[in-house]
Amino acid sequence: MNNKNAKTKDWSTRKNRLIYRLAYWSGAYVATMAVANFGPRLLWDYNQLLTIGAIILNLLAGIGMILVNIQHLNVLDELMKKIQLEVMGLSLGVAIVAGLSYSLLDTTNFIPFDAEIAHLVILVGLVYLTSIAVNLRRYR
Amino acid sequence: MKNRLKVLRAECDWTQADLAEKLEVSRQTVNAIETGKYDPSLPLAFKISRLFDQPIEQIFEDGAETNS
Repeated sequence: MNNKNAKTKDWSTRKNRLIYRLAYWSGAYVATMAVANFGPRLLWDYNQLLTIGAIILNLLAGIGMILVNIQHLNVLDELMKKIQLEVMGLSLGVAIVAGLSYSLLDTTNFIPFDAEIAHLVILVGLVYLTSIAVNLRRYR
Repeated sequence: MKNRLKVLRAECDWTQADLAEKLEVSRQTVNAIETGKYDPSLPLAFKISRLFDQPIEQIFEDGAETNS
């Protein structure tokens, strides 16, 4: 019985630890993205070596974030995995469909500005957050 | 699929959080199973069966079988 309690606590602790690790890596990714984006202009006057270094650092933080996210998904229980699967399916679908349509609007000059990848990232983020909230409510 | 999870849990005087901890799932998952919004996988159903020391068919009721 004690062994079972310890195992349960292990699962709960492991899950919480991975949530913190995911938050840490996401934060690192956002921070390195900000440095890589604003650094050349505000910090090191477009020094190419520092710029490529910042971009590589951002790439590495992104890879770390992806790997921790996979570990986080693996530790979730089955309902949470199902919710994440539906939400990620929707987010990926929106990213591809809306992204390509947005790109077509740009290449055919239907919009007076360039299609920015940042707009797509914001859209996917909003779709992800909204559908997570809806799905969590659905199974509440 | 209907189930007797809520009754069995009440008999043991456990909260949803207690049961969730024992099954290594979230409290929301226990709630979704109890309210019939989510049907557990076979491994989780076996885990529930072992925990309450009852056969699966005494905990979960197959709606299709009842209808026929």
